[in-house]
Amino acid sequence: MLYTLNINGKAQDVEAEPGTPLLWVIRDELDLTGTKFGCGVAACGACTVHFQGAPIRSCSFPIDAVGESEITTIEGLADKTAQVVQAAWNEKDVVQCGYCQSGQIMSAVGLLTQNPSPTDAEIEAAMQGNVCRCATYVRIKDAIKTAAKNLEA
Amino acid sequence: MTQNISRRGFLKSAATGSAVMMLGLNSNGLLAMGSADIVVNPFVSINQEGEITVVIKHFEMGQGTTTGLTTLVAEELDADWEKMKIDFAPADGIRYKNLFLGAQVTGGSTAIANSYMQYREAGAMARDLLVRAASAAWGIEQTQVRIRNGVISAGNKTAHFGEFIKEAMSLTPLEKPSTKTPDQFNLIGKLKLPRKDSKAKTNGQAMFAMDVKLPGMLYVAIHRSPKFGGKVNSFNLDDAKGIAGFVDAKTLANKAGIAVYAKNTWAAFKARDALKVSWDFSAAETRGTDEMRAEYKRLVDEPAMFSGLPTTKDATKDAMKDAEHLVEADFQFPFLSHAPMEPLNCVIEATSNGVRFHDGCQGPSLVQGVIAYVLGLKQAQVEVKTFYAGGSFGRRANMSSDYHVEAALAFKAYGSQTPIKLVWSREDDIRGGYYRPMSMHRAKIGLNAEGQLLGWDHQVAAQPIMKGTPFEAMVVHNGVDHTSVEGLSDTLYQVPKMSLGVSDFKSVIPVLWWRSVGHSHTAFVMESLMDMVAAEAKRDPIELRLSHLDQADAKGQRMANIIKTARDMANWKKGDTRGFASHFSFNTYVAVVADVSVNAKKVHVNKLHIAVDCGVAINPDVIKAQMEGGAGFALGAIMRNEITLDKGEVVEANFPQYLPTRYADMPEIEVEIVRSNAAPTGVGEPAVPPTGPAIANAIYAVTGVRITDLPMTKAGFTFS
Repeated sequence: MLYTLNINGKAQDVEAEPGTPLLWVIRDELDLTGTKFGCGVAACGACTVHFQGAPIRSCSFPIDAVGESEITTIEGLADKTAQVVQAAWNEKDVVQCGYCQSGQIMSAVGLLTQNPSPTDAEIEAAMQGNVCRCATYVRIKDAIKTAAKNLEA
Repeated sequence: MTQNISRRGFLKSAATGSAVMMLGLNSNGLLAMGSADIVVNPFVSINQEGEITVVIKHFEMGQGTTTGLTTLVAEELDADWEKMKIDFAPADGIRYKNLFLGAQVTGGSTAIANSYMQYREAGAMARDLLVRAASAAWGIEQTQVRIRNGVISAGNKTAHFGEFIKEAMSLTPLEKPSTKTPDQFNLIGKLKLPRKDSKAKTNGQAMFAMDVKLPGMLYVAIHRSPKFGGKVNSFNLDDAKGIAGFVDAKTLANKAGIAVYAKNTWAAFKARDALKVSWDFSAAETRGTDEMRAEYKRLVDEPAMFSGLPTTKDATKDAMKDAEHLVEADFQFPFLSHAPMEPLNCVIEATSNGVRFHDGCQGPSLVQGVIAYVLGLKQAQVEVKTFYAGGSFGRRANMSSDYHVEAALAFKAYGSQTPIKLVWSREDDIRGGYYRPMSMHRAKIGLNAEGQLLGWDHQVAAQPIMKGTPFEAMVVHNGVDHTSVEGLSDTLYQVPKMSLGVSDFKSVIPVLWWRSVGHSHTAFVMESLMDMVAAEAKRDPIELRLSHLDQADAKGQRMANIIKTARDMANWKKGDTRGFASHFSFNTYVAVVADVSVNAKKVHVNKLHIAVDCGVAINPDVIKAQMEGGAGFALGAIMRNEITLDKGEVVEANFPQYLPTRYADMPEIEVEIVRSNAAPTGVGEPAVPPTGPAIANAIYAVTGVRITDLPMTKAGFTFS
C-alpha cells in the first residue's frame, strides 16, 4: 500500500504493508538509519522518533496510524533546542557505543521542548524508557542539565 | 601473506587522487613504509590538506579505541587534534594483530596496552619524516624545524603537514624513531580530548553494520532451535507464504536453523515466526535451571576434578585445625546475556574473488579463518569491512564466529550471489546462548584469633569457556580452564595455605567471555568473603585487606595504594555502613566504595567512589567513562539479570524479562585515576568485578543480609 509520510519536513511516498512498524519503514524503505532497532517491543527506546513533536517508540507504532502527522527523526532535528542538546552531548562526550544515543537525544529533545527546565524527577521520568547498555546515564543526566541551562541563557 | 613492503614512501591515493603518505609497521614489528597497496598496512596517512588518518586495528564498541589509538599517533606527531581522522583496518591477522593475543581481535582490555608503543612509533616516524622534509624544503637544519599543534615552523616560516609530501617522498623512514618521554606529552593524560566518534553518534550519521544496505540485498532471519543443540528435521512454510515480502526459506547446511529470506527486516521476522518446524532434540540440552543448580551442587559436594593450585587440601587441614574462627559460604551465579544494544547482524556479499563481510567486527582474522573454512575459500578471499559496533561486552568475538557462519550459510544456500543481511531480533539475542556461564563456589576459611587468614579451601564448579577451542593450549593448564578461576588462583591476598579445586559443568549451551570473564564471579566471591572475614573478626574491611597484601611486592603495593585512594576519596570511617571491594584484573587495580539506602528491601545505590590505577592514563575522560559504564553494566547484572531455562528452553525473551540498568538505577559516580608512569593497562573491563561485591557488602552493612545467590532479587530485594 502507498503511504505519504510527512517526515523531516518533506512529503515522502513509500510502499509498505499495512501494520508495518514505522521503524522499519524509516530504516529499510526511507534509508534513514539514524533511528535504531533495539528490542521491537517498545522496551528500550532506541527507535524513538517525534510524532507531532512528542517522542514515540517507532518499533511499536504502525504505519497506518501515522496519517499526515509530522514525523521527525534524528536526521531531521534542526531547531535550537535540538542543537543545544546535541552540543551538550558532544561537550560531555556522552556516547560510548552510540547505538542508543539517537533515541536518547530524541527523548531529551522531546522533554526540553515541552519543559525547558525539568526537575531531576522529570528528567528521570522522560529518560527511564531509554536503555543504554554502556550505562552512559551519568553523562546523559549531565548533558540534559547542561542543555537546560544553556537554553535558559 | 605477501611481505612486499616498499621501504620508501609516497603513493597516489586512487580514491582521492591526492598524494598520500603512508607509514606503518610491518609484520615483524619493524617500521616500514607502506606500498601503494592499501592492504600492506599503513597505520598513519597524511593527505595534501594536512589531514592525518589513523588506521584503527581495534574495533570501536564504545570503549574508546578510535580516540585512544588516535591520541597515541597525534601525541608523537604533535598534530592538531581536529585534523586527526580515523579509518578501521581491513582484516589482516599479521599486520593488524593484537600484539598480546596474536590474532586480529579486540578483547581482554588490551587495545591500548598492546598498541601503546606501536601507534606511538608510527606517529613518531611520520613526525621525523616531516621534520626532514621541511628541513630539505626550507634549506635549514633539522634542529631548526619545530612541530607544534599541527604546525611546522622555522623562524617566520610556517606550513601544515600536507605541504612537504613531495619532499618526504624521497626520504627513507627511520626504522626505530625515538619517541617522547612522559614529561614531553601534550595530549596523553590531557583530561578532555574530545572523542572522535562523538559527533557522528549524536547526529544519526554513525554507520553500524545494521545500517548497511546493498543493491538487491535480501534480509534474513534465522529460525533456530528452541533448545540448544537441536537440529532441523523438516519445516512447513505454508503460513509464511502469504506474508508480503517473504521470498524463500532454506535449511542451513549445519541443520542448526532455517534461513528465512525476505525483502525487508519486518517481513523476515514475521515469516520466520510463521514457520512450523519439526526438530531433532536427541543431542539437545533439555535440563531446566533447577536441575542445573542441583548438578552444580553435586559438583561442589564431590571431590574436585582438577587442582587449581599446588597446595592440596591436606596442607590446609592443619591450618583449619589451628583456626579460632571459620567462615564458610556457598555462592551461585546465573547465566548472563551480553545483550549489546545493537542486535547481532552482518551483511555478506560476493566479491570478484570471494566474499565481503560488513560487520561491527571484533575479531576480523578469526572471522576470516572460520568463514574461509566454512565456504571453502582461502583466508585472503574473505574481506571484512568494519563498522562501529553497537556494544559487544565480548559477544561479537567467539571462536565459532556464530553469526558470521549463519550469514555465510544463508548466503551459500541462496546461491552465493545475492547479498544477504542477517538480522537477529532481541529475542534471538537473549535466547541465543554464548552466555556468561553459570557457576558455583564453596569456600571454607580459617582465621587466627586476630582475624588473619590461616587457610582457605575453595572449590569452583563452572562451565569452561576455552576448553575445546583453539585457545585451549594458551588458557587451560592441568585441566583447569583459567577463565574459571582467574581472580582466585592469582589473588593478591596473602593466604598462608590455600587449596583450589575445580570441576567442569558440561552442557551444549554455548558459553563465552562476558565483560570481565571469570572475574565477573570470582571477584564477587573473594570480596564478599573478605567482607565476611572482617565481620567475623570484627575488623574494618579496608584495614583487613591492607593487612593481607604484601606491600613489598610491586603488585601488592599498587593494590594497597588504590585501596587507600578509594578509602580517602570516600572519607571512609571505622564502622562505616558503606560497602567496600577491590580487585585486580586485566593488569588494572580498581577499588570501589558503595553507598546504598535500603527501605523495606528496596535498594537504591546512591553513590560509587571508584579509584583506578591503569598505568599511564592516555585519555583520562575515556577511562572515567569506562569506570562509570563498567560499574553501570555490573549493576543491572547483579541486581536482577539471569538467564534461566525450562526443559532446555530459555525463559527470558526480551528486555522486559532481562531488564538492563536503567536511568533511575544509576548512582552518582566519582572516579579518581591515580597518576602513574607504568605501562598502560586495561580499562574496559576492570570496573565490573569490584562493583557487584561493593554493593553487596553495602547491603550487608545496612541490612545484615549477606547475598550469596545472584541476582540479588533472589534474596527478595528490589531496586530503583
